[in-house]
Amino acid sequence: MTALLDVAGSWFLELAETLGRGAMLVRSTAFWLFRARIEWRQTLIQMVRIGVDSFPVTAATSLFTGMVLALETGSSFRSLFNEPLFTGTIVSFAIVKELGPVMTALVVAGRAGASVAAEIGTMQVTEQIDALYTLGTDPVRYLVIPRVLAFILVLPFLVVISDFSGILGGYLVARVKYQIPPSVFWHDIIDTMRVRHFMHGYIKAYVFAVAVSLICCYKGVTARGGAEGVGKSTTQAVVLSMVAIFVLDYLATAVLVALGIT
Amino acid sequence: MIEAKGVVKRFGPRTILRGVDISVATGETLVIIGGSGCGKSTFLKCVVGLLRPEEGAVTVDGQDIARCGNEAEVADYRRRFGYLFQEGALFDSMTIWENVTFGLRYLTDIPPARYRRLAREKLAMVGLKDIEDFRPAELSGGMKKRVALARAIAAEPSYILYDEPTTGLDPIMSDVINDLILDLQKQLKVTSIVVTHDMKSAYKIASRIAMLHEGRVLGQGSSDDFKASADPRIHQFVNGLSQGPIKMKLKDYEPDAAEGA
Repeated sequence: MTALLDVAGSWFLELAETLGRGAMLVRSTAFWLFRARIEWRQTLIQMVRIGVDSFPVTAATSLFTGMVLALETGSSFRSLFNEPLFTGTIVSFAIVKELGPVMTALVVAGRAGASVAAEIGTMQVTEQIDALYTLGTDPVRYLVIPRVLAFILVLPFLVVISDFSGILGGYLVARVKYQIPPSVFWHDIIDTMRVRHFMHGYIKAYVFAVAVSLICCYKGVTARGGAEGVGKSTTQAVVLSMVAIFVLDYLATAVLVALGIT
Repeated sequence: MIEAKGVVKRFGPRTILRGVDISVATGETLVIIGGSGCGKSTFLKCVVGLLRPEEGAVTVDGQDIARCGNEAEVADYRRRFGYLFQEGALFDSMTIWENVTFGLRYLTDIPPARYRRLAREKLAMVGLKDIEDFRPAELSGGMKKRVALARAIAAEPSYILYDEPTTGLDPIMSDVINDLILDLQKQLKVTSIVVTHDMKSAYKIASRIAMLHEGRVLGQGSSDDFKASADPRIHQFVNGLSQGPIKMKLKDYEPDAAEGA
């Protein structure tokens, strides 16, 4: 019984410490964001890195997701109504409102997020973060803020690319497999899609960007214990980011629905 | 002047520093010796403000970093220090000249147009040239240490803290680093604290030596005082003897001395 309490107690303390440190990082990020000169050069470097790292995978993932959606929709509707109806509408709505932002955020977490956690983690275990302090700058200001800003500026852009790529994938399957005329496919989309539908997915991109960047930076700055510690932190950063994306997806959707942005 | 009074530092249940009292006069080079894990580097990090002691205080020219109320005061405190990290801690993503001049942006008003020339000058002071555009990964261990030293002195600090400056270097390169520390001492007239367990280095560069053992200061004095010390623990350490009052476990499964007693 005592052993069980010991385990539960130490787990609870660890959780409290993690939450406390996470809150401190958020506070510190907010503080430096408004108080100090932003490192725009670093931000630009990170934007290019995140964009270049994630663009091909994002585009390919969305293209095939759109293709699969079109294939599934077409075959289901054909068996029900003898015609592949509303393929364009269903593909575009699913991609723009849900799959585009979620898939993009997952890809960015796996590619750029892991890279951020590993880079900052390596800097932590080789005392480069301490060196930043002794050279007169705060690591949150120099490392965290440029990365958070880069995620916030690049992820929504990648979501737009992903939306186009997914719909293009759907169009290819609709055209080649089901011989749906282009005018029908595109009219299906134009007639039903509104700006608020696009905004529904686009706003989610900002939520995911903040969450993924903060989680990955946090896991980097709290890495301990050499190469093994960096490896562990990187894995945790990606897993935690993915869980956060799904949880926040639900919460953000609930809020957007309540606000009528749907 | 650096003054530490009753400094206690804990990491979870482990107490690393148990009330350290040390003072370093202006212009002096204090060498802190002691076995691995005795708290030497922890003390150095308390001095520069990377770690906050749980008890006691470290004051530099009368200023205690724990009492610095705002960022400007903290920056002003840190501006006085140059810090040489054990493994150099050079930024992998930057070239050598960018590494050397990194702190100038935050610590000085020197215009960026002068950085490259300044990096060349500082690198020359530590005996390096034509490596400005290299990356840290392209340098040997000794060169990295010297670049790190150039970075530590770039903003012309009043205090330089050296964390194991000769660890991992061959004996000749160790002596080169020792000579550099002495040269910089003469040229820049800085106050220094050097943490090491290399006794040859300690005797060569120290104005005064202090020995830390189990988180406390065991003794302080000149190199000659330490060579002639009657304290069996100091005698054992400075002569590098395996037998003596300081017990080291050879293997993990050996019982502690206290357990055996």
